[in-house]
Amino acid sequence: MDRIYLDNNATTIVDPLVKDAMDPFFTKMYGNPNSLHSFGTEVHPFMRLAFDRLYSGTHARDEDDIIMTSCATEGNNTVVKGVFYELIRTGKKQEIVTTQVEHPCVINSCRFLESLGVTVHYLPVNGDGIVDADILREYIHPDKTALVSIMWANNETGLIFPVKDIAGLCRENGILFHTDAVQAIGKVKVDVQEVPVDFLTFSAHKFHGPKGVGGLFIRKGVSLPPFFHGGEQMGGKRAGTINTSGLIGMGLAMELAVQNLDYEQKEVRRLRDRLEDGIAVIKDTHIIGIRDMRTPNTILVSVKGVEGEALIWDLNRNGVAASTGSACASESLEPNPTFVAMNIDDELAHTGIRLSLSRFSTEEEIDQTIDIFKKSVERLRSISMSSTE
Amino acid sequence: MAKTDLIGGSLWEQYSQKVNDRMTNPRHMGEITHEEAQKMGARLIVADYGAEVCGDAIRLYWAVDEKNEKILSAKYKTFGCGTAIASSDVMAEMCIGKTVDEALKITNLDVEMALRDDKDTEAIPPQKMHCSVMAYDVIKKAASIFKNVDMTVLEDEEIVCECARVSLRTIKDVIRINDLKTVEEITQYTKAGAFCKSCIRPGGHEKRRHYLVDILKEARAEMENEKKTMFMETRDFKSSNLIQKHKLVEEMLNDRVRSNLLVEGGNLEVVDMKESGDITEVYVHYLGSCQGCPSSLTGTQKYIEDTLRQELDESIAVVVV
Repeated sequence: MDRIYLDNNATTIVDPLVKDAMDPFFTKMYGNPNSLHSFGTEVHPFMRLAFDRLYSGTHARDEDDIIMTSCATEGNNTVVKGVFYELIRTGKKQEIVTTQVEHPCVINSCRFLESLGVTVHYLPVNGDGIVDADILREYIHPDKTALVSIMWANNETGLIFPVKDIAGLCRENGILFHTDAVQAIGKVKVDVQEVPVDFLTFSAHKFHGPKGVGGLFIRKGVSLPPFFHGGEQMGGKRAGTINTSGLIGMGLAMELAVQNLDYEQKEVRRLRDRLEDGIAVIKDTHIIGIRDMRTPNTILVSVKGVEGEALIWDLNRNGVAASTGSACASESLEPNPTFVAMNIDDELAHTGIRLSLSRFSTEEEIDQTIDIFKKSVERLRSISMSSTE
Repeated sequence: MAKTDLIGGSLWEQYSQKVNDRMTNPRHMGEITHEEAQKMGARLIVADYGAEVCGDAIRLYWAVDEKNEKILSAKYKTFGCGTAIASSDVMAEMCIGKTVDEALKITNLDVEMALRDDKDTEAIPPQKMHCSVMAYDVIKKAASIFKNVDMTVLEDEEIVCECARVSLRTIKDVIRINDLKTVEEITQYTKAGAFCKSCIRPGGHEKRRHYLVDILKEARAEMENEKKTMFMETRDFKSSNLIQKHKLVEEMLNDRVRSNLLVEGGNLEVVDMKESGDITEVYVHYLGSCQGCPSSLTGTQKYIEDTLRQELDESIAVVVV
């Protein structure tokens, strides 16, 4: 059975071009770039190229920093805890503002800081499923707020947040702004000049790069202590031997992601819409979030009477990999905050399924998925009591 | 945390083959109509339990022979995850052929046991145990409809942890008997709270009537009160034996004396106690800055002796060694 991968918001296939570009750095040019000898120095031109690609991919200026990290979780921890050390522990400011729908690496870092006495505001999303600048305005204060951390696009719904307005509002008030752009790179244009962020984080494996490598953009002039102390790598801002193959792979993955933005916006969107339309004709399904407000690859759908985990179980048995939008597989069954804020029927709270495409998804796969999806829903509804009412 | 916990996301790998089979090919899924029940000469019982809002809901159908109260046929419809479907399926199967009273004895633990591939390996991971509870509850509902009584009549004890079926009485007893101080210890002793964790504290999987944190707090408070009362009762210094006297002296030193010595960097220990006639001699040895302090043999000694005499008994004499 050929399997169909529609969980690209969780991770993506490494582009074969990226894999090839990484290959020489395992057995040929394996030197430590901080060594003085030729094994070390011969890697430098490739690293320089990788950084060029990361800078131009995000429109960073040469005087800004893009620090290599191990993943977005590391980058986000570095920002949230670093701002705590820099501004809150020193008594300059007191509060952090984030959202209820951030990734756990931001939320749990904030919860940790709360345990140290920091005040954190977790903003709700509005009826459209996003946090807008008007909501934010009520929670920030120029003298109190140290950091605002709001994602560029949401992993579950794909909804794109108005980061340009938010960044502008933060700048007007002299507040540092961080955005987790993990779900944005390769899906929408990410330009740190157009959107004046202070910190931006991303992870290579979400855009067809390798796992275990990510990036943290820090605008020139913004002070942030290192999270990893040690050697002089990354200008002393992130110690630890450089993951050369990962960095070089991430550089190419970034370039390809930006080159393919047009394809993503047109072709991936077309396939996503095709899948969405195919699913939406099934009775009592509910697509979450306005289509044009979402990243072009994501669908979050509720199917009345069909519990989420049961549906992904059935899809998986038929070769389609998707994930639950509800928390059923975890220990906590608290309703999804996005669902609650968007006034989605309580009965649908346990029925969310996320399907996320990539530029490697094909039309044939999409058509097969529509068939499989319909059959699975039909089977599970025959077991469920909802359909009998 | 250990080596086996380092790779996450293995939820489905923890389902038994039987859970897999029942989820993929449920055997008793469906409905029983009035006509079908009539044909069997049976009474149709339809019981609903749970709600889609909560993530789990089930409707159980029984065809019951009214003469001998035997369940001739059982079917169900369910909204829930794979383990909920598998649990419902096995539960329905277990009902068939039993009397209503026999069926009432089926618990979620029996359902889970029936889903095991081998008797020593759990059929489902702990956080999914919760899904089998619904199967138990709906039997009670069906039986209450059959007997035309309120469901609570069939509850013989207050259950705190539904997954492991641990009662309020058991938890209170185990805290008391084993002097338990943490929720983790309660879980170790009773398995309460080991599964879906809802009963540990508010804010979990689902709302509960009782939480382990509160039960523990109340039980500990009760135990402390009892201890205090006991202490008050045995407070009569003179009639106590030497061991009890030593305890009373130590408690008094802790409560009233040591903190004052510690301020100055000093301390003391009781090295011996002797009863000679009506006098109880308390032998103390100074520690820290009390050693060699000029007043330790005069003022400090008198202070300790006065305190013990006032608070405990006039017969006490303090001897510094």
